[in-house]
Formats: sequence, C-alpha cells, structure tokens
Amino acid sequence: MAAVSSMSKMYGLCFHAVRQTAGLKASRLLQRRGFRVTVVQLQQPFDSSLEKPQFPGASAEFVDQLEFIQPNVISGIPVYRVMDRQGNIINPSQDPQLSKETVLNFYQKMTLLNTMDRILYESQRQGRISFYMTNYGEEGTHIGSAAALDPNDLVFGQYREAGVLMYRGFPLDHFMAQCYANADDLGKGRQMPVHYGSKDLNFVTISSPLATQIPQAAGAAYAVKRENINRAVICYFGEGAASEGDAHAGFNFSATLECPLIFFCRNNGYAISTPTDEQYRGDGIAARGPGYGMLSIRVDGNDVFAVYNATKEARRRAVAENQPFLIEAMTYRIGHHSTSDDSSAYRSVDEVNYWDKQDHPISRLRHYMTARGWWSEDDERSWRKQSRKTVMEAFERAERRLKPNPELLFTDVYQEMTPSLNKQRESLWRHVQQYKEHYPLDLYEK
Amino acid sequence: MAAAARLFIRGANSKLSIAPSSLGVTLLKLSPNCSSRTKTQRRHATHFTFQPDPVPSQYGPTQKMNLFQSITSALDNTLASDPTAVIFGEDVAFGGVFRCTVGLRDKYGKDRVFNTPLCEQGIVGFGIGVAVAGATAIAEIQFADYIFPAFDQIVNEAAKYRYRSGNLFDCGNLTIRAPWGCVGHGALYHSQSPEAFFAHCPGLKIVIPRGPIQAKGLLLSCIADKNPCIFFEPKILYRAAVEQVPEEHYTIPLSQAEILQEGSDVTLVSWGTQIHVLKEVASMAQEKLGVSCEVIDLQTILPWDIETICKSVVKTGRLLISHEAPVTGGFAAEISSTVQEECFLNLEAPISRVCGYDTPFPHIFEPFYTPDKWKCFEAIKKMINY
Repeated sequence: MAAVSSMSKMYGLCFHAVRQTAGLKASRLLQRRGFRVTVVQLQQPFDSSLEKPQFPGASAEFVDQLEFIQPNVISGIPVYRVMDRQGNIINPSQDPQLSKETVLNFYQKMTLLNTMDRILYESQRQGRISFYMTNYGEEGTHIGSAAALDPNDLVFGQYREAGVLMYRGFPLDHFMAQCYANADDLGKGRQMPVHYGSKDLNFVTISSPLATQIPQAAGAAYAVKRENINRAVICYFGEGAASEGDAHAGFNFSATLECPLIFFCRNNGYAISTPTDEQYRGDGIAARGPGYGMLSIRVDGNDVFAVYNATKEARRRAVAENQPFLIEAMTYRIGHHSTSDDSSAYRSVDEVNYWDKQDHPISRLRHYMTARGWWSEDDERSWRKQSRKTVMEAFERAERRLKPNPELLFTDVYQEMTPSLNKQRESLWRHVQQYKEHYPLDLYEK
Repeated sequence: MAAAARLFIRGANSKLSIAPSSLGVTLLKLSPNCSSRTKTQRRHATHFTFQPDPVPSQYGPTQKMNLFQSITSALDNTLASDPTAVIFGEDVAFGGVFRCTVGLRDKYGKDRVFNTPLCEQGIVGFGIGVAVAGATAIAEIQFADYIFPAFDQIVNEAAKYRYRSGNLFDCGNLTIRAPWGCVGHGALYHSQSPEAFFAHCPGLKIVIPRGPIQAKGLLLSCIADKNPCIFFEPKILYRAAVEQVPEEHYTIPLSQAEILQEGSDVTLVSWGTQIHVLKEVASMAQEKLGVSCEVIDLQTILPWDIETICKSVVKTGRLLISHEAPVTGGFAAEISSTVQEECFLNLEAPISRVCGYDTPFPHIFEPFYTPDKWKCFEAIKKMINY
C-alpha cells in the first residue's frame, strides 16, 4: 500500500510536473528541481541510528509491503494540444497569438515542403534521383519546433526533418542539389538524397545510422553551455531510433552533465513496417524521461501551436536551467518510409486516409487561418500555383546541372590530402584516361 | 603462494583495509600447505626491458616522468592553453584508474575534467558532439578492450563527419585515449591491441607511442590535429617507462615513422611496447649472428609512413614486423602487402610477421602467447638463411 502511494506520489509528481509545464507555470517546477539537486549534492554522513535508507544510490523511504510498481501504460502521459482537429482553439490562454504574418509563414512553409515532397518523390519514381523520403503528415512537428528556436540553435536531425531546414530558409535549389547530387550540392555529392546539412543554418549534416546524433547532441549542448551565449541544441529522432543504445546514452549523459538540450521525438507510429507495439511496451518515449531525471511532455504533433508552445518553453528553460527536456510529438507517418517502401504491405489504406483527411497539421492550421479571415480559397489557389512553379523551376535547374568533379571523391577524408590518397587519386585518373569510354565523364564537371 | 601473501599484505597496508584482510593473512600463515613457495607460483618477469630515449634538448627543460605522468603533463599543457578543452570518461575526475588525470580537476575545474556515466558509445558520441560544436574534446576509454561499443560512433560517425558533410562539419577536435596492450596478467579483456580494426577506417588517425617522451609529443599532436585521432597508451609502460620529458608543450609529427637504429641486413618494424622487444632483438642479432638490424617505430598506424618503411626495405632486403595483436588481419598484414607491392624485387626473403596467435588473449598462457624476443630472433635467423 505504502509502496503504491509513494510510487504514485513520485509519478504524481511527474504528472503534476507535466500538467504544470502544460500550463506554462515554471516556478513550482523550479523549486522541485532545486530540491532534487540539493538532495543529490548534500550527501549527509551515513547514520545507522536513523530508520531512513542510507544508500548512496537512491534516497527514498523504507516500505514493508511487497508491491511491484505498475507501469502506467493504459492511462499514460496525456497529450497536450491547443487546437482541436478542426483547428479551433480549445483553451484561449494557450493560443500563442502569433501574428498573421508568422502564421501564414508557417502555413506556406508546410505546404511548400509538401509540394517539394510530391515532386521529388515522383522524380525518384521516374529514375531522376536515386532515393527520397517524404515528410507527409509530420510537417507540423518540423515547423512548430523550428519556429520556437533561435536561428543560432544547433539542430541534430535524423532524416525526416526537412521542414526545419525549410523554415530556416534553406533554398529549394540546395534541397534539389543535394537530392540530385549535382555540383551545387553543399555536401559535394557524397551522400544519398535527403542527407541535408547547412553550416550557415546550424543544421548538422544528416547521417544514415539511427540515433547516433543523440549523444552527439548532448556533447554539443555541453560545449555550448560552457560558451554561455544563450544557445540551445535540439535533437530530433523517431520513436524507432529511441530504441537504440545511443538514445539511452544521450538521455543519460544530457541529464547527468546538465546540458541545455531539447530531445524532440517524432512518434509517427511506424519504424518502416514496425508498429509501436513492436517497438516498445512502456508508455511511449515521454515516459522514459523521468527515468533519466528529465522533464518530459507529450504533445499533439499535428497541432503546430502545441508543438510551438512546448518547444518554446523547453528551450527557454533548457538554457536558463541547464537541463535537458524531452518532447514526444505524437503524429502519423502518412507517406511510405521511403521510395524503397510500399506501406500497403503492412497497413491499410483506410488507416492512412484517416490521418490524411481527418487529422492533418496543414488542414488544421488552414482552418485556424480561414476562421480568422486570414486565408481564402483564392489565396490557396494562387499559393498552390506559385509554390508549384517555384519548386518546378528549382527542379529543372537541378536536373540540368552537372555532377561534381570526380576529384571530390578523394578530398575531405582528412582535413589534408595524404600521400597515399594522392597516389590512389592519380591511379584512378590514369585509369579513366585509358578507359574513358566506360565512364560517364560527360555527366560530371571537369 | 608468495604472490598471494604479497596481495594480502598490500591489502593490509591500504587505507581501505578492514578486518577481512587480517583474517586472510592469518589463514595463510596457519595453512600447512602454504608455508613454502612452490614451483607453480613463481611470478613471470616481463618479456621486455624498457629502453629509455636520450634526453631531448630541443624542447626546453625536462623532468623525470613515467608514461602516465607524461600523459598528465600533455593534458595539463592542453587545458592551460586551450580554454575550450575538456577531458571526460569513466573515473577521470579522481585521477583515472591509471592516474593519467591526477590533479587536473582541482586545477582546471569540474566543468573541464569530469566523469561520464559508464557508457563507451555515449563517451565517444558525446565527444563527437563537443568537437562538432567547436571545443577540444579528449575522451578516455578505460581500456582499449572496451572501445567496441563505441565502434559505430568512431567508424560511422567520427571518421566520416567531414567527408559526408562536404567539409561543412567535422570532428577534428576529438581525441580518444585508451590504455592498450599486454600487461602480464590482463587476459582477454585487459590486454587487447585493437588498432587493426580501426586501421581499416579512412578518416581516422591512430597513434601509439613507445615511451613518455614520444607519448607527450604525439598526444599533443593528436590533440592539435584537425582529424579525429585514437591514441593508444601501452599500459604496461605506465609506471615502468621513465624518461626525462620536456615540461613545456612540444609536438612530434604524425605519420612519420622513426628510425631508432640504422642497419643494413634486416628491417624490424613495430610500435608501442614491442619496440623495446625489437631493440633487444637487434642487439641479440648483432651479437649472436653478426646481423645488422634497422629498427623502425611506426608510431602512426594510420595514415602510416609507407615511404620510410619501403626505403628501409629497399636498403636491407628483409622485413620483420611484430605486434601483440593476432596475426590474421593484424596491421603487419597491411604493411607486408604494401611492401611486397612496392619492393618486390628488393626482397631477399619473404616478409616475416611475428605476432600474437589467432586466439583471444589468454591469461595464464601469456608467456607463450607473447611475440617475444626469442620468436623474433628465430624469425631473423630464418630470413638470413633463406
């Protein structure tokens, strides 16, 4: 009995903390964190006359009833939202009351991303690019979180966060150049499509291995903390990647080393074909946060304002208090995992249609805008026409562009060229000179 | 028995000793079979004698330091001159299990020298992040044997960061240090030399010093180098290797092999502890066979100094490479393959590899496993008489 009540007290603390965060009242939580730090730091001398446990590993009470703690999976951590599925504000105090200009920008960035996705997906089908991954259904998670950050905040992503780059102003030409691996690619044509990166926009280049960015984000946040320049780090990953050992490592390190870091989990229901009930048995990813001593929240990822509010508050506190925050954004992956996937093999068309038609971040925001008279049918038509045009123009430019010079195969392995690599480069050059008709030299810059 | 008694006596002297250890001593004294030293309990001497380098004169005033002290000195210099530098890993705060970081936390602060949770993939991943954010990251892995959870972060991430981003991002500011190699009793998980696993990974640098002077200079080069470096420290030398080491900052260039002794008949190549074995072998060969050996310390395993080795083999015509790591797929295989490509017609005999056997590193069989001076000596004899 006592075990349950003390456990529920602890979980109660967490839920209460979650509700407090949801209500954006930070002061009580601040006190609670202060208490936690004090308990950790003031190690009282061990005293066997006290009936309190003296273990260095945990400070709790003794209990004399045998009871296992129930993981709270049925009624788990609640989902914070601002708008209902029709785009109506539920609790006016939660409306971030962003300007018309800002909200229109949200909408235009989400739809531009959607348009670019459609065109590039199709271009892969036609054999113009080798591979693509769409962001359908998750645009709200990208735009809402990106808008809540400072442009200087460092972003570590997984691979389905193109909207963050788009929000920050990454030109369409650069997106296309990377997918086409042409001579304009900032990455010099070395990686598969959608592995974007931008130094100027503080977006660390994407890599394929999952979750490797999570402990890296913790390290970057630690370095940034030492610089003391009001800079945060955000780390995106999916609910599947959260199963990797690197995720556990990143969470634990960021909490013990007190890093100003936001962990943003896009829980979209699938890791390729693996649904969430085969990925975890606990209450999603948000429930793991308290286990690491981390403040956590679950939000409606298809509600761009909920995402915005949570990220904004997490960012503010992460920097002010030097601690990590975990945001689990619930959403749905409407598209296939990638162009190499056909998701009808493992889920029904009806399921996908539900999310596409009845709970889509773009529609919900549009309802919000039309309700305020900020967006009309004409606006929609002309914007669609304009965005398609700009995407197609960038697409055609990217198609025409040559690939990078094959010399770039050998550079940037190290900062400097090594004698051995130089020899290999020269050997390739001589070989290609001799067998030039067998190599597609005319597609590449000289 | 003597060894066991020594263990308990040592325990009795330590600060942490309590009732159990004196009980142990009493039990041993009273047991009739433990009264005399038996043949089976003799402790085996090390398979090498550390041969110190001459005192360097070009780097300023020197001080007597052993290997771990020379590492501390390098780290001290770094923390003093580079305000972004941080050192982290398991147990580094109190000074480290091999005392390499003693005094640094007190001197430079707990935000710069700190413990991490027990997680190698986290240590390296975290280190990569620190480096990517522009700070100097010095990560310690407690034993090279435990570096494997971090293999993905090292090989798939650190090594490829610059290349895959088109030079937008890199983790050149990362240096990973780990104790390396046999120690007499380390067995499978405290004796490994994993350099060959990483040698197969373009983008990394791998460096192994033979003594304190080299260690400090090479470590400082690794820290300064704009590429991720792995620095393996021969743990058996931490206390045993003592030299006069310059107090100030100095660097020894990477990717440059060092010819320690010139010779005309055979080229002997190794790195780390094994250099001291080869130096002795060279003396034995001269004395007993009249054979003149050229001894080369490779120092940097990747990228390795092909030119110096090949130039030497062109001169001598014979090559012996020796390392503790298992022979199959060991780094000697790479050197051997390249040298036969470049110097085929100069070779008087097949290239010889005297290495560990293709077994995990054993405990009680270490004296038989080790590529000792007798095995190297025998290999030279065979090459000379080919």
